[in-house]
Amino acid sequence: MDQLSAPSILRFDRVSLAFEDKPALDEVSFELHEGETCVILGNAGSGKTVLLKCALGLIRPDAGKIYLFGEDITALSEQALFDLRARVGVLFQEGGLFDSLTVEENVAYPLLNQPLLRVSAEEARLRVVEALEFVELEQALEKYPSELSGGMRRRVGIARAVVANPALVLYDSPTAGLDPITAYTIISLIIKERDLKNTTTVIVTHRYQDGTWLDGFRYNPKSGRLEPARGETSTRTVFMVMKEGRIVFWGPRAELERSPDPYVAKFVKR
Amino acid sequence: MLDLLKAPILSVQEFFVLAGRALRGTFRKPHYGDDIFIQMDIIGVGSLPIVVLTGFFTGAVLALQMSKALSQYGAVGKTGELVAISLVRELGPVLTSLMVAGRNSSGMASELGSMKVTEQIDAMRALGTDPVLKLVKPRLIATCIVLPLLTILADALGMLGGFVIARTLLDMDATFYWNSSWQAIAYNDIFQGLIKPLAFAFIVALVGCHYGFMTTGGTQGVGRSTTRAVVVASVWIFVLDFFITRFFVNI
Repeated sequence: MDQLSAPSILRFDRVSLAFEDKPALDEVSFELHEGETCVILGNAGSGKTVLLKCALGLIRPDAGKIYLFGEDITALSEQALFDLRARVGVLFQEGGLFDSLTVEENVAYPLLNQPLLRVSAEEARLRVVEALEFVELEQALEKYPSELSGGMRRRVGIARAVVANPALVLYDSPTAGLDPITAYTIISLIIKERDLKNTTTVIVTHRYQDGTWLDGFRYNPKSGRLEPARGETSTRTVFMVMKEGRIVFWGPRAELERSPDPYVAKFVKR
Repeated sequence: MLDLLKAPILSVQEFFVLAGRALRGTFRKPHYGDDIFIQMDIIGVGSLPIVVLTGFFTGAVLALQMSKALSQYGAVGKTGELVAISLVRELGPVLTSLMVAGRNSSGMASELGSMKVTEQIDAMRALGTDPVLKLVKPRLIATCIVLPLLTILADALGMLGGFVIARTLLDMDATFYWNSSWQAIAYNDIFQGLIKPLAFAFIVALVGCHYGFMTTGGTQGVGRSTTRAVVVASVWIFVLDFFITRFFVNI
């Protein structure tokens, strides 16, 4: 891993946050470089979602610093944050789609409302269709989120997250509550997005399998399929395991599988 | 004891922060003009039936009660004046605002609350929109425009309700009723009758939005915020009404 040569995308420096005296994040520090994939595992309530929201500046930490694209976002105003967020795509746990808007309007939202990304209505439509083709949902343009299945909503969420070609994409539990086949579809879309555009990817998940796929497979644009990644095509995937707001493991998959910690091992065995 | 006070004080603080941001936002770009019109339609046009009905029957009931009390002094002829003054000063603004609070503060709290618990508010911020400008500002502006207009309508229909009673049950002369009503209302009455709904509009819109944004805890939480929004908005309408009236009685 040539971490030193790639620029830093996201860095947490001893970040702490408490909700009504209950710690949600406790001295969390890590650094993610361009092109890396980070898989975050952990029990429910271990602070995974809070960590993603802090990374976006949606929640301000009580202590510590967060650097997004090298800028300290804990000191930025909401207005300045909007500009930085334009370079980040995010998929929320339940998709976070606006249910009063159609699929097309949902996916076009960042292109029409984010000042730094604003494009004309015609171009927005082209890019929306392109993004929906990417998730294979181009027929759902006129539908409302409530008319879609859970997996389809998640795919629309991914289309909205990547429509503006962000350098960093955060996925919050993209496979939660989905059947294994749909979950596989979602993960392969995430791998495809990562490898076609070289995006830095952070993914929160309950399923270790999601992590092994992201670690072990690459998208081959020539064949249009996923292929096992080895040697120089390594996906540079790191695993993070969280417990009660603290990082209890950080490292590659091989190390994770050897970890003697019973809490960490619990995720691997599943 | 201190812990008991912490939550309400925090809530009040959050409310004023939201109010401040919404007011400052009123003059800041971007302006979502379409949303203002949509909200005016929902709040204004949507509230027409209940405002018309409550206004009319309040006027009618007032006329009935007043005429009964006034007949003891042989002053049934004053019915029109009393109906007009109590409607314009007090009942028109307060009842209309209460109705709109029941309809729209709850509506705003449940709508924004659902958006909050399904992470749509977070998504909005993540995608480059300030939820205060996009959601609160249009609702505040729309309520401020629409509530005084609804009040005028309620006042007019209340007087009509009073007139129907005066004409049919009290056998009063039509010209006399309208003339005496008209002359009873002074500029002071009209002014306080219009400043009140404007002030209440802030309560209706901001309390509704505030409880929407404060929602936590899934669908149950949405129900809780909706109830609280209506209760708190109604109580504050009465409290503020007292202070505004106190002020106008003095001058």
